Amino acid sequence: MLLPKDEAELGAIVREADGPLWIEGGGTRGPVAARDGVRLGTSGLTGITLYEPGALTLVARAGTPLAEVEAALAAENQRLPFEPMDHRALLGTDGVPTIGGVVAGNVSGPRRIQAGACRDSLIGVRFVDGRGDAIKNGGRVMKNVTGYDLVKLLAGSHGTLGVLTEVSFKVLPVTPEQAVVILPGLSVGQAIAAMAAALSSPFEVSGAAHRPGGDVMLRIEGFAASVSYRAGRLVKLLAGFGPAEILREGVAAMWRDIGNGAQFSGTGQDVWRISVKPADGTAVAARLEGADLLFDWGGGLIWAGVAPGQDARAALDGIAGHATLVRATPETHARLGTFHPEPAPLAAIAAGLRAQFDPRGILNPGRMA
Amino acid sequence: MDMPIPDAGILARKAGIVALLQSVLPADAMIHEDRQVKAYECDALTAYRCPPLCVVLPSTTEEVSAVMKLCQEQGVPVVPRGSGTSLAGGALPTADSVILGVARMNDVLETDYGNRFIRVQSGRTNLSVTGAVEDDGFFYAPDPSSQLACAIAGNIGMNSGGAHCLKYGVTTNNLLGVTMVLMDGTVVEIGGAHLDAPGLDLLGVICGSEGQLGVVTEATLRILPKPEGARPVLIGFDSNEVAGMCVSDIIKAGVLPVAIEFMDRPCIRATEAFAHAGYPDCEALLIVEVEGSEAEIDEQLSVITAIARRHDPVELRESKSEEESAKIWLGRKSAFGAMGQINDYMCLDGTIPVTELPYVLRRIGEMSKEYGLDVGNVFHAGDGNMHPLILFDANKPGDLEKCEAFGADILRLCVEVGGCLTGEHGVGIEKRDLMVDQYDPVDLEAQLRVKDVFDPRWLLNPAKVFPLASTERRRAA
Ligand SMILES: Cc1cc2nc3c(=O)[nH]c(=O)nc-3n(C[C@H](O)[C@H](O)[C@H](O)COP(=O)(O)OP(=O)(O)OC[C@H]3O[C@@H](n4cnc5c(N)ncnc54)[C@H](O)[C@@H]3O)c2cc1C
Repeated sequence: MLLPKDEAELGAIVREADGPLWIEGGGTRGPVAARDGVRLGTSGLTGITLYEPGALTLVARAGTPLAEVEAALAAENQRLPFEPMDHRALLGTDGVPTIGGVVAGNVSGPRRIQAGACRDSLIGVRFVDGRGDAIKNGGRVMKNVTGYDLVKLLAGSHGTLGVLTEVSFKVLPVTPEQAVVILPGLSVGQAIAAMAAALSSPFEVSGAAHRPGGDVMLRIEGFAASVSYRAGRLVKLLAGFGPAEILREGVAAMWRDIGNGAQFSGTGQDVWRISVKPADGTAVAARLEGADLLFDWGGGLIWAGVAPGQDARAALDGIAGHATLVRATPETHARLGTFHPEPAPLAAIAAGLRAQFDPRGILNPGRMA
Repeated sequence: MDMPIPDAGILARKAGIVALLQSVLPADAMIHEDRQVKAYECDALTAYRCPPLCVVLPSTTEEVSAVMKLCQEQGVPVVPRGSGTSLAGGALPTADSVILGVARMNDVLETDYGNRFIRVQSGRTNLSVTGAVEDDGFFYAPDPSSQLACAIAGNIGMNSGGAHCLKYGVTTNNLLGVTMVLMDGTVVEIGGAHLDAPGLDLLGVICGSEGQLGVVTEATLRILPKPEGARPVLIGFDSNEVAGMCVSDIIKAGVLPVAIEFMDRPCIRATEAFAHAGYPDCEALLIVEVEGSEAEIDEQLSVITAIARRHDPVELRESKSEEESAKIWLGRKSAFGAMGQINDYMCLDGTIPVTELPYVLRRIGEMSKEYGLDVGNVFHAGDGNMHPLILFDANKPGDLEKCEAFGADILRLCVEVGGCLTGEHGVGIEKRDLMVDQYDPVDLEAQLRVKDVFDPRWLLNPAKVFPLASTERRRAA
């Protein structure tokens, strides 16, 4: 594996490459299927290069372990707002998740409904494109409309437009208290309605999840008095859905498990992530009969564990949204496609952008197919 | 400000181009007489004016598509326009261009509270989006001061912000999907009512692309439940440094105010004389607003005032009622008007790391003396987005040029300390030539290549955002 020590060395590697480069952060999202080409790791590009707690800004090189970033933030009582998941248990991988990998996958957890996705907290990038040029966009300030926003374009581009070398974030203070309002025993339809009611209230729900057959979980974060007040108001608001309980212990672990899709660890199922508008969750759930489900984002994100080889994407027929295959054998990935097929005009634009940023098609080719 | 020489061939073919466009549009959707097109000769950057070839005002996405297809075939540039409130000259025409205004497309297409979104035609004004949902307890968060006039189309074009973006983000964080017409007439749907789009984040690139990648005709926007209430506290300090430290400390303490606004002495004095809001005569003034229930507001304000007290403020005024809140906001809201009362002014929009605040204010003060032009500073302190207002006299020969040179120096200073040229107004023509101060040639080239994909013939708003020299080859091709 090639491990460049800096951006210049990385640029030279890309310029001189004569075949595919498979880019790896911590490799926690599984090895790429063995194909031609060379593995390229970012573990030589590490370190937090700037952290100003008073400006809510952190800049780190792409190969920096996520844990290191989170520890530095925690020391100042701050955090990444978007709660990135850890894929290891779900995918049965090891390795060390890197901050660049988080950005390349736009990895965003339960707090996405309130604080936005990874791309919403990302304020700057540096990357080496497929020509070997080191390019910067955005910067280290949170409001910036200077030129086109390539920051968002690179977030979630899975290494197909460039190799990220440095990423900058707007971070947020850790909220001192948290609680969860629990509603037991609801059907999927009722659960989605309850989550919609909670998210349409002014009580600032920062997590809304449901496991069919289990509870609806609504997270509240903030200062102590405010958390109690809002949890209490939510319970009243949702009285029509049956008795609720307010939980104060084990809240962090509960949401870590939801974000990481812990219930699917080692189940042997294929796992899909389906994105729809929340109200369509009921229909999708009905079509995926027999699947093991987890609703997050108020119902807008559906994790589905299905029988190996089953095409969960078919459940979206006639419903706006998309499904990404997260865990399956390489054969299933190849047969069903990892990413949702795009309409022709958008696929043409995406192909056009890849041809511009990576004219030789050497950066993770086909990774977003 | 240089603009490209208009294409003489297009000017000569005006009658034919107008007739072709008329053939795909309703009779009242075309404006081409010299006297009438003058109404579209500028946006809110009024120092620069140029009447367009003609103006089209379509009512549907299909009409927009037909216009674009024709313009592409005819090789005619198109300048998209919302309400024309851009402060950067983003909607400034060229003599050989068609202005494509979406002002007639202002319907609400769908409101969905269960899934918390609204779908509107892009010509709808920002404030009327909130207007469509507020009776049901919702609002659309990005709130530029121009919200009564500006359109969602322009908000998307510029990725506009507002006073409340510290908590709610700017346009790009609240935009879920668009219907957009490409230069060749192709209609694309990007994103939708669900939270994240598949594939590359095209929505993210389109937002803030200043009308250069496509014409947005419809938008799906996230709406949020209205907070129970909001109240500000006003804090006065005898030094900018201390005010800056107070901002930092508030942010670090874990409170997330919806707004932290900052005014310096010249601005405070001007607004006092104009609006009589009862502001203290001090070096720096902060207005910090928080949201929630009464009890929550009290809790947050008590944290904030405790921090402020540690910095020895000369004034600390916590609002206890709506009247008091209105009074605290009065001065801030009349700041631009007050400065305009004194003289003509130019409003800048650079962003700096908030930690650089005292240094930047000191340097601006020094430069103000060097240039002999007064400047007042109002800005969103929580996110470092500054709005220095430089006063000049438009009737005094050379004053505008002096003011522009001063402005450019301030923006270069913003870049030098780690910030950027524009936080929310966009580049347009105004900051086009300063792009080289923020970006290296390879950085700019990467952006130009994005435009190559969406608009290979460089017909959409072609003379904006990038220095003309850097785009010459592409525009000529
Ligand atoms: C008094 C005043 C206060 C202001 N306050 C703020 C503020 O607080 N925050 C802030 O961010 N801005 C502010 N602005 C700037 C301005 O209002 C915003 O940039 C606004 O979003 C422009 O909207 P508009 O509809 O007027 O767009 P226009 O001026 O018509 O166009 C703006 C840009 O968008 C493009 N565009 C327009 N329509 C489309 C379309 N359909 N498809 C694609 N591109 C399109 C144009 O080509 C142009 O580049 C202020 C302006 C004024 C005059």
